[in-house]
Amino acid sequence: MNNKLSQGQFWLLTAIGTVAFFAFWYLARWLQFAPPQFLPMPHEVAAKLLDLFHNPFAGATLSEHMFASLKRFGMGFGLAALVGVPLGLAMGWFRLLDDVVTPLFDGLRFIAPVAWVPFAALWFGTGIGGPTLIIFAGAFPPCLINAYRGARNVDIRFLEAASMLGVGSFKTITEVLFPAAVPSIIAGLRIGAGLGWMSLVGAELIVASSGMGNLIVRAQSAIATDTVMAGMVAIGLVGVVIDVLLRRLERVLLKHRSA
Amino acid sequence: MPVSPLVRTRKTVVGMITVLSLLALWYVATSVTGFINPSRFPRPEEVWKAFSFIQNEGYGNGRLHQHVLHSLKLVAMGFAVAVSVGVPLGLLMGYSRRAEALINPVFLLLRPIPPLAWIPLAIVWLGLEDASKILVIFVAAFVPSVINSYTGVRNIETPVMEAARMLGIKGWRMVSEVLVPGSLPMIFTGLRLSLQASWTTLVAAELIGALYGLGSILNQSAQDIYPAMILVAMVFVGLCGASTTWLLGALEDRTMPWRKGRVAA
Repeated sequence: MNNKLSQGQFWLLTAIGTVAFFAFWYLARWLQFAPPQFLPMPHEVAAKLLDLFHNPFAGATLSEHMFASLKRFGMGFGLAALVGVPLGLAMGWFRLLDDVVTPLFDGLRFIAPVAWVPFAALWFGTGIGGPTLIIFAGAFPPCLINAYRGARNVDIRFLEAASMLGVGSFKTITEVLFPAAVPSIIAGLRIGAGLGWMSLVGAELIVASSGMGNLIVRAQSAIATDTVMAGMVAIGLVGVVIDVLLRRLERVLLKHRSA
Repeated sequence: MPVSPLVRTRKTVVGMITVLSLLALWYVATSVTGFINPSRFPRPEEVWKAFSFIQNEGYGNGRLHQHVLHSLKLVAMGFAVAVSVGVPLGLLMGYSRRAEALINPVFLLLRPIPPLAWIPLAIVWLGLEDASKILVIFVAAFVPSVINSYTGVRNIETPVMEAARMLGIKGWRMVSEVLVPGSLPMIFTGLRLSLQASWTTLVAAELIGALYGLGSILNQSAQDIYPAMILVAMVFVGLCGASTTWLLGALEDRTMPWRKGRVAA
């Protein structure tokens, strides 16, 4: 824009920003802004994070908590993608299905995913079934909406060509709508994964007895602020890894398409 | 895409049939045949009873409108603070490469942490009072309003920016006559996402610990195993989310009359 930056200026400013962030953090301790117990320093949080991999907290090490969370996430997100994407594509093709599902969907989508926690616990317990439902509630809407929009935006000529060649409904969906909607679907999966991951943390904060959300809420009641922050960092890192994997998937699928 | 009146009528009719048949199915499955156990999902008449109970006598420290108003107040406060800091910051980062390079690293460090993961930290710092809820709503609503305002400025067409610079527009006039109008559609997209995030976070925070609010009704009714009240609370969570989103949409139409009806919710 008005002020183009050279590579050097950009990195200098980025470095200043990063250093300033941590400097303020340390400054807060130096000024005794809060007691150390409530405001651990960055290196203490990092040390705690590594320590949690060996020393169990709330009955499990960090890797075990991560595994418990990822298992729930995999089930909830997998279910949301397996139901949401085909349903969205089918809604883009069958008008009646669109008209039936849309009002129900519009009625439900304003209910925050975590508001399902009581019913989820009542119906499926607090082990894996309940949290799975909540992750599903978080991840499902973007999966469905993006597949639907992707299918609706397919160039009409492709659909006309398909119908002229006598392609049936099922094949039209799998061979025409799906490939054309891939970019939109992947975008939906990425949003869904983010929301699902967040809903999982919410579910584990409230009902579960294991997992990363449970780790930080137990650390909270023990006022172990360093463990809370280390858990937050770990949750953030796992979220980033999930997003990176989905972007990989996009590249693979798009390469396949252009070939 | 313009929708023909005929298509709209068809959609309305099919939608109404769907909703009505689902309600009928609910009644038949719970009250008439007992196919669904009422301890799992409430009967329609139980839901009505729970609704009039919380409205007239109160449940979980207050009557329904008190809970609703309390939740609305917290969302409004957290949202307002987040937006009034986030939008200007996003505009600044979009306009100035220097500001972007300086601020972005902090943003990249904090952004991957889901807002709900801030709840325990907010409780450690501020307790179970309203302040900790406003903090987590702020965290949740802040990110989408920054990102979308930023993208909005970056998407202003280059000729517009060049013309503005050639005419020597600077300072406040640059903001009010070029940056804000040019990025307004994206700003509103950000506000909608922020609002949605605010409600999600508030409900979660209230479920974890609160005296009042919709989330606290959910929590209380889950502990009492009172499915009808759970459903009442869920319905009102949805209604609050929908009505505030509708308000924001109305504001959007007033601010950008030329786009009226062209934005999908």
